[in-house]
Amino acid sequence: MSSSTHSQERVAVVGVGQTKYAAVRGDVSLPGLLREAVYRALADAHMTMDDIDAVVVGKAPDFFEGMMMPETYLAEALGAVGKPLFRVHTAGSVGGSTAIVAASHVESGVFERVLTIGWQQQSVSEAMWALSFPLPFQQQLVAGAGGYFAPFIREYIRRSNAPDDIGILVALKDRLNALKNPYAHLHEPDITYDSIKESFMLWEPTRYSETCPSSDGAIALVLANESAAEASAASSGVAPAWIHGTAMRSEPAMASGRDQVSPTAGKDCAADVYRQAGITDPRGQVDVVEMYVPFSWYEPMWLENLGFAPEGEGWKLTESGVTQMDGDLPVNCSGGVLSTNPIGASGMIRFGEAAMQVRGTAGDHQIDGARLAVGHAYGGAAQFYAMWVVSSDKP
Amino acid sequence: MRDVAVVSVAQSTHRRRVDDLNEVEMIQPVIHQAMDQIGAKIADIGFTVSGSSDYLAGQAFSFVMTLDAVGAWPPISESHVEMDGAWALYEAWIKIQAGHADTALIYSYSKASPGDLPRVLSRQLDPYYYGPLWPDSIAMAGLQARQMLDAGKISEEEMAEIAFRNRQVALENPHAQIKGSASVDELLATERTFDPLHLHDCPPISDGGVCVVLAAGDRAREWAERPAWISGIDHRVDSHNFGARDLTEAPSIVKAERNAGLHVGDIDIAELHAPFTHQERIVAEALRLPEDTVINPSGGPLAANPMMAAGLIRIGEVATRIMDGSANRGVAHATSGHLLQQNLVCVLDGES
Amino acid sequence: MAPADNDRVVSTLPEGLWSQPQPTGVPDFGSDAEEVQRLRLPASMRYRFTPGKAMTRYLEGLKEKKFLGERCPVTGDVYIPPRGMSPVVGLPTTEQVEVGPKGSIASFCVVHIGFGEKAPPTPFVSALVLLDGAAVSTYGTLLEVPIEDVRIGMRVEPVWVPDEELTYSAENVTHWRPIDEPDVAPETLKGHF
Repeated sequence: MSSSTHSQERVAVVGVGQTKYAAVRGDVSLPGLLREAVYRALADAHMTMDDIDAVVVGKAPDFFEGMMMPETYLAEALGAVGKPLFRVHTAGSVGGSTAIVAASHVESGVFERVLTIGWQQQSVSEAMWALSFPLPFQQQLVAGAGGYFAPFIREYIRRSNAPDDIGILVALKDRLNALKNPYAHLHEPDITYDSIKESFMLWEPTRYSETCPSSDGAIALVLANESAAEASAASSGVAPAWIHGTAMRSEPAMASGRDQVSPTAGKDCAADVYRQAGITDPRGQVDVVEMYVPFSWYEPMWLENLGFAPEGEGWKLTESGVTQMDGDLPVNCSGGVLSTNPIGASGMIRFGEAAMQVRGTAGDHQIDGARLAVGHAYGGAAQFYAMWVVSSDKP
Repeated sequence: MRDVAVVSVAQSTHRRRVDDLNEVEMIQPVIHQAMDQIGAKIADIGFTVSGSSDYLAGQAFSFVMTLDAVGAWPPISESHVEMDGAWALYEAWIKIQAGHADTALIYSYSKASPGDLPRVLSRQLDPYYYGPLWPDSIAMAGLQARQMLDAGKISEEEMAEIAFRNRQVALENPHAQIKGSASVDELLATERTFDPLHLHDCPPISDGGVCVVLAAGDRAREWAERPAWISGIDHRVDSHNFGARDLTEAPSIVKAERNAGLHVGDIDIAELHAPFTHQERIVAEALRLPEDTVINPSGGPLAANPMMAAGLIRIGEVATRIMDGSANRGVAHATSGHLLQQNLVCVLDGES
Repeated sequence: MAPADNDRVVSTLPEGLWSQPQPTGVPDFGSDAEEVQRLRLPASMRYRFTPGKAMTRYLEGLKEKKFLGERCPVTGDVYIPPRGMSPVVGLPTTEQVEVGPKGSIASFCVVHIGFGEKAPPTPFVSALVLLDGAAVSTYGTLLEVPIEDVRIGMRVEPVWVPDEELTYSAENVTHWRPIDEPDVAPETLKGHF
């Protein structure tokens, strides 16, 4: 069902705030962790908590922190008392879908300035357990989370005939990019092609150094309608990142005919968001991409799934350096999920980093002149997708 | 603002324990009934959103499997909230207002029977100070009831009357779990199992689900002869710090009601998501309901309380009575968190 | 500072990889009082699981060493393990169809890091097995074959626990092993993950 002719409010990102991501943020309580991101986002937007009309939060399974529905506990910490407070949970894509729900809050015309936060405190419990603890009657996935995805990576390699070190190239790029991102969890200045190649093989073909870490952290965005965005920009001197399109798609985990290598839901999500944003040639028009790559090989797979490369050729963009920061389609300049992964936040980090690029606030990992950026998140058994397109130009 | 209405509602028959079905099998007939009633297919739905909780199921990502009940192929635009379905409906309403969809399918469900619900709900509390004490949800409600009694805002008799009234009227509700009640005197003679609460002051533990379809403008008129238009909807949250707020009041309901514009017209019925008897008084007063308002013609959560669905059911019950012509205008209330911390108010009208 | 949690084996991960790490330094508040930086709050809750009707039928089949999938009423695809619904149409699947017991390897990976107490010694092969007649594959462990010989399209059969240990559980199948049949073409397995 396509959207109607109802006119939407324009919405823009006017503030982004991130915590320093780490394996354990033992220096802050949960509210403290969130406020670190929230204060930075509000400062970036030149706003205070009083300016915010609604708060939309998202995070992945509550088993990570041992707390059910934590948003009610966090009402004060988020400045939400007396305001609408909303909590989204769409598995791994949650950071992205939360940002989209927040954007819809503004587009609806009901709210002017919305604060949205994604977070996860993975150090509180045990990440692998919280993701897939054993259930009675069911077969335990003794291969673990990465073992679930590795067979699909193998199938991608088989279909595309990609050289077997493409994954290493992606991991090297993302980890080196992370050195230019002060917030990233993993800062590995000594990382090399060989050090990745020699790292412990986990689930062939994915090695330890080609796998995302488990992180604590939070990211907050401030979204505003046109007049509030212009006011914020006038005050801060920083351009808003105008949202040109948002889309979410889901498909069932076990449907016959699903292609887990390039899922239809991902393709449909991309097609929808490109249509909204007027992108007909993604490879040519998009300046920078932040995509959700938790295991290195997902970069070439998503390049194809999102229409940046024809089927079977995503790996060529990686191999030829196109996705490097000095290439013409930089991917994951922030270091990506491979360098930082608080699951509930990771999707929103992609969306926030895309916004930072078109606002010119990405610091050392800024792509000069970036005007059009794509943020992408996925979750579940590669079945939930969320994407947005942001630009320094108004839609 | 676009005109958005409820055009279809379906519920399961709520039971203490649905032992033979898993969540998917339980919710699927409800979803399909809601769709079949209006002859809709998933392809007619612009946005799907559900409300449920991992902690009830005892499984991470538990909502993922219920997507099977929808038939999400080709892929659909879909989302999920870890909150009562009333908030899932709010997300759908926002989506339609934003112009991203003209129709929406909302469902929520819970099987609380696998776990020890009152204990499970203690995981929702401040993890540093309250959670480690494991105060179950009934104990928390008892604290609030004590405050109400001591403040003279309600009496034990009135609480029993609320229990009696709700469960008696539930005899007319085919979906209700507890139908009929002992007399007020008999109720008062029972033990105060959770002093000051008697068993009758507490909601049942229920397994069940509900599904609602929303549509905008002319689409709503195609699907329902008399759509139940949402004339106002708003939600707010109060402080979690139970020592810092007056538990006998609910400021978030006052604010949400004002924003939802309840009192611009007459109110025929009110469905209140007040799981404990004393809470019905708090909610009714916060909403400033006139004395003669019919409260909980369905029997309310005291007759059936599937967590994560009970709030959406309230909206469904008001909508159903508007759609069948037995009411013109009504209000539905949903709550989340402990002790009425977070509240949603939805005003429905037979006129757009 | 709380010690690492040693009394619960949840993974066999090596130190530093997603295991409970030690926290960073404590800021100096300039006081003699012992600072509380972390609280160790064990929490446990018990749940009684309901497999539901479809899963119950499947488990009953497994007790008899049968793989019982269920057919989608619209597309005819057979799903295993059955969840009671055809995910493509959202309608109940009620027709049981026996599939397998043989199958083909649709894809696999070599696992060097097992998870949980039941994981076999590493390295081992975790494979997606497409049972004959089924439309979707299931995960299983592939043993009794040198790892380098494992290929997509390889034919396999299940290995069951001894009869007296059969119960209502997917763990009746301890693992899969190759059989002497020609491989199936990998292209036929596409779309059946």
